[in-house]
This record gives sequence, C-alpha cells and structure tokens, in this order.
Amino acid sequence: MSEKPTLVELALTFNHIALASFGGGLSAWSREVIVVEKNWMEDEEFLSAVTMCRILPGANQVNLAVFVGVKFRGIPGALAAVFGLTLIPVLIVLALSFFYFQFHEVPAVKGILKGAAAAAVALTLSMVVKTGRKCLVGLIPVLLFLAVFLMNGIARWPLLACLSLLAPLAVLWGWPKEKKP
Amino acid sequence: MNAKTLVQILLLFSSLSILSIGGGNTVLPEMHHKAVDCYGWLTDKQFADVFAISQAAPGPSILIVTMIGYKAGGVLGAILATIAMMIPAGLLVYLVSRVWEHAKNSPVRKAIEKGFAPLTVGLIMASAWVMSKAADHDWRAFLLTGVCTAIFSTTKINPLFIVATAGFIGWLGWV
Repeated sequence: MSEKPTLVELALTFNHIALASFGGGLSAWSREVIVVEKNWMEDEEFLSAVTMCRILPGANQVNLAVFVGVKFRGIPGALAAVFGLTLIPVLIVLALSFFYFQFHEVPAVKGILKGAAAAAVALTLSMVVKTGRKCLVGLIPVLLFLAVFLMNGIARWPLLACLSLLAPLAVLWGWPKEKKP
Repeated sequence: MNAKTLVQILLLFSSLSILSIGGGNTVLPEMHHKAVDCYGWLTDKQFADVFAISQAAPGPSILIVTMIGYKAGGVLGAILATIAMMIPAGLLVYLVSRVWEHAKNSPVRKAIEKGFAPLTVGLIMASAWVMSKAADHDWRAFLLTGVCTAIFSTTKINPLFIVATAGFIGWLGWV
C-alpha cells in the first residue's frame, strides 16, 4: 500500500468519485478509484467494507467515505472524505432545486442522463466481472453470489432478510482453517 | 424561514438517518409520509420529481433530503437536512470502523472479509439490475450497456470517457 493519504487528498479523491458518478454507479467508481487507481485497499477489504456500510444505517456511499476516512486519518479523515464527497454534489442539487421549484422543470438533460445511466449500469456490471473473477472460485462462493442476487435483485427481499439468511453461511465458509501439524 | 420548520427538519432527518438500515432508499416511504402528508412541505408529484432528480445528480443518492430541505426551509433548511441525515449514521460507522481496525488479525474479521466478498458481488449485481429497471431501459439501452460492459471489462480506457460518450449518444436521442 502507498503512503497514508492526507486530509486534502482524501477530500479530493472522494470529490473525484462523486463527480465521476454522474448517472449513477457510485460503488463501481469507488472501487475504480480506491482499489485500482489509489491502491488504498485490497479488493477483499474493500468489498467487505462495502457490505458493512450497506448493513449499517445511513447512505451507503457516505458510510464508505466515513469508513475509509477513519481508517487513514480518524475523525478528521472521515470529515474530509464526507466533505469531499458531498460539497459539490450539494451545490449542484441546490442549483437544480432552485430551477425545479422556480420553473417546474430542469434544464433539458434527460437524454444525456439516459445514456450516462446505461454506462453507469455497465460500469457496475464490469465491477461484478472484475471482482467476481477473484472471489467467485469454487462452488460455494458462486452459490452465495447467485442466492443473494436472486433474493435481493430479482425477488426484491430487503437486504437484512437476505443477509440474515446468507451471512452466517458465508462467515462459516470464510472461517480460517486450522492448520493441522 | 421560521425556527419551528428548522427544528422539524433537524428531528425528521436525524431520526431517518438512524432508521435507514440497508441504505437511504429504505426510509423513502417514511420520508414521503412525513414531508408530504404530515408537514405538507411538497406535493406528491414534487416528491416523485425531486427523487428522480436526486438519483441522476452526481454524488450520494441521499441528496434528495437536500432538495426537500430546500423546499421546506430554503438554503439553510437544505444544509441542515443534509447534515442531519449524515451525522447520526456516520457516528455509528465511526464506532464500527474503530472496532474493525482493532480486530485486524482476528479470525472473525478474516472470515467476514472472505465470506462477504461473494455476497457483495451478488449485491452489486442486484443493484445493477435494479438500476437498469429503474431507468426503464429498452433494448437500445441494454445494447449500450452491453457494449460498455465489454469495454470496461476488457480495456483500460478511462471510464469517464465512456460515460461521457454514452451521455452524448443519449443526447443525440439514440437510446
């Protein structure tokens, strides 16, 4: 891993992630920047952090910023990361709010958004491909992957219901094996 | 803007923050109920519209609260709503991540990191599916998604360039 990032670097990095995610795909952008570009975390650590941030209350991406910020710089790090993640998006959303409530519509960006959203879905899928290659080796992880996709994605079960069934199995499978002498 | 509204904003969003287990979108029904039915800050249609706008805007999707706060209490209301929505949940994440750092070499952490990886990949796949449904994609958008997925997965081209190109294709009205 590279040097501990500074507060400014944390803020700038999360700002970069937020702005890149125009049209969606924030999780995929987070991995693209935090794991691939900056090499701040390994895939396994990053992926488990993503799921913990989903289980805990709060917006997943804000939680992830807090998590990464705390890891490197404690509370100031968390504040810097969240500030970077939200400052410019909040300004953009404020401007959009002003337009919307004043003129009852938003400047014509619908088509652009439709295209960008298709690419954001693609980036998210490519994250599945790239991380899946590493961790979906063997029958049990593939079954866990399929089960949670079917329950949460297709059947739309709440996250907590899916995980209360599958997480114990996953942890049992992941438990480090005792090395017999 | 009166102080009573600001207090209502503060209390509503900080309680929603703690209740939003599984992500911000899980408290949308409650948020809708309070903001539209109880406080009358905005209409049904406006709620649906600000939801769509906040999903598409860059940054965390939870910024719908910024828009509701703006309508209820102006710029101050917007900022207050955003902060109230982040602080309580953020504190909890802080505590958990401290425990996590201390548990660096424990078997529990190793088991969770290994076991959660396939689950997370499945959940990410589920969110790609849900995103695509929510955007109401037709076959052309699916085709664009397919082509972009292939490019992202097999080349090192900067993703931002691909997203911008896809946005341009959308602007031309091809998807």
